[in-house]
Amino acid sequence: MKWDVDVRPEIAVEGVGKVFGAFTAIEDLSFEVPKGRFISLLGPSGCGKSTILRMLAGLAAPTRGAVSFKGAPVLEPPPGMVYVFQQYTKSLFPWLTVLGNVEFGARSPHAARAGGRTGREECMETLRLVGLEAHAASYPWQLSGGMQQRVAIARALVARPEVLLMDEPFSALDALTRESLQDLLLRLWSELALTVVFVTHDIAEAIYLSDEIVVLSSAPSRILTRVSVEIARPREQLATRESAQFLAHRRSLYQLVVGREQAA
Amino acid sequence: MSGASRQHEEQLLNNVGERVPGFAVLAALLVLWELSVRLEWVVTPTWPAVSTVLLTFWHACVDGTYLEVFGSSLRRLAIGYLIATACAVAIGVAMGVWRRVFLLFEPLVELLRPIPSPAYLPMAILFLGIDDGMKVFMVAFASFFPILLNTVSGVRSVDPVLVDTGRTFGLRRLQIIRRIVLPAAAGYVFTGMRISLAIALIVTVIAEMVAGNSGIGFYILNAQRSFLVPEMYAGVIALALLGFALNKGFVALERYALTWHEGWNAATT
Repeated sequence: MKWDVDVRPEIAVEGVGKVFGAFTAIEDLSFEVPKGRFISLLGPSGCGKSTILRMLAGLAAPTRGAVSFKGAPVLEPPPGMVYVFQQYTKSLFPWLTVLGNVEFGARSPHAARAGGRTGREECMETLRLVGLEAHAASYPWQLSGGMQQRVAIARALVARPEVLLMDEPFSALDALTRESLQDLLLRLWSELALTVVFVTHDIAEAIYLSDEIVVLSSAPSRILTRVSVEIARPREQLATRESAQFLAHRRSLYQLVVGREQAA
Repeated sequence: MSGASRQHEEQLLNNVGERVPGFAVLAALLVLWELSVRLEWVVTPTWPAVSTVLLTFWHACVDGTYLEVFGSSLRRLAIGYLIATACAVAIGVAMGVWRRVFLLFEPLVELLRPIPSPAYLPMAILFLGIDDGMKVFMVAFASFFPILLNTVSGVRSVDPVLVDTGRTFGLRRLQIIRRIVLPAAAGYVFTGMRISLAIALIVTVIAEMVAGNSGIGFYILNAQRSFLVPEMYAGVIALALLGFALNKGFVALERYALTWHEGWNAATT
């Protein structure tokens, strides 16, 4: 899949590999993420998806190759990007209230670099965006899993990132909560003109959310294929998932990901 | 919310009920003490009736004796304890965060830590004399290690996801330490501080008994040497109450500072 040549990629991954001791997690990976796109990294468990995302975020350094963001090499977490962790229970600060957690994002160095207001009102607005304004004074551990991940998303958004990097953010949630958060995420993505890189092992989730899916093999990880998902937006849980396009994608991706696993 | 508070109330009542036998044992022993003197089971000036002791205790309370005696002890204890806490948290965080710092200090800590504090008292007197400086040093030195070790464990137990969360928001290392590592490790630090508070009291009393002429340690020892036997017992009782109050006060402070900790523990385990 080729994008218009005049669209400079927001994130570029060039020949990236990652080796842990004798274990090659990622072999040789190149792809780019154009601005404003919703891209999923799809692959079986243990294929190094999270490692790739951590390298995009500047949380881990590649063994070889390079990641760049807006043309500058990523050596540490760059302003303009926020990482949303799979383990929201570990990522939220238990000593801060919901509002306190969001204020942490608002007063962070990255938020300061992005400019804009970072007061309490701004934080409450962001909580309203994720439907948690009534829980501002609660502690995160008093909330359900889905609500906690919404706090984490609010905390990320208040720092005014251009790119959200999300590591299986909904995989620990029950199916109904997961779907409502998918819709919330799509709404925020389009309203705030975000670029999203979303790691998942859930084929249907990848199709439902993405503009493009980068399909990864199991370790040592490389790109099997890149699938462009041209299903109309806004997407809707029932209609989209029942559409012929969705089912066709699901069938071919299933054969690709699961079929390979079984053959191996 | 009301369900929770009712449950809390019931638990409180249960606790009171549960505690009756414990207090009964205490009361029985005191009665036995009193009877042993009144009925002349034990006849010796070294064993006054508990009523005499309590009366002496009461007089010393109201005439301001204890105010002066405990005032000087508590001042030494507080200064030494605060110095110990500040140093132990600072060094403990550094040892917990940076492996090199840990390897630098670990052998020294492991060598010094097992020395019972009275053993280095003579050296402390040689270098610092018998005044407050020596006592503050003794308290600080003995209180230092439990806080240090707990801080190191606490810092090491901070989940890497929390640290990565700080990094992805652009926090520098020192900001991560101050805003994330310290609060996350606070439970451990407080545990160390609670252990050290008891140690600090012990060492204060020992140091005052060995050298100097003020403080509760000196008071008790001096009472014994002057055959002021009821005063000696009363001093020990006062010390027991002080130790109890210090611990209760500390636990209350800990509860207040770590309100989140209890709920979080309950929610995650």
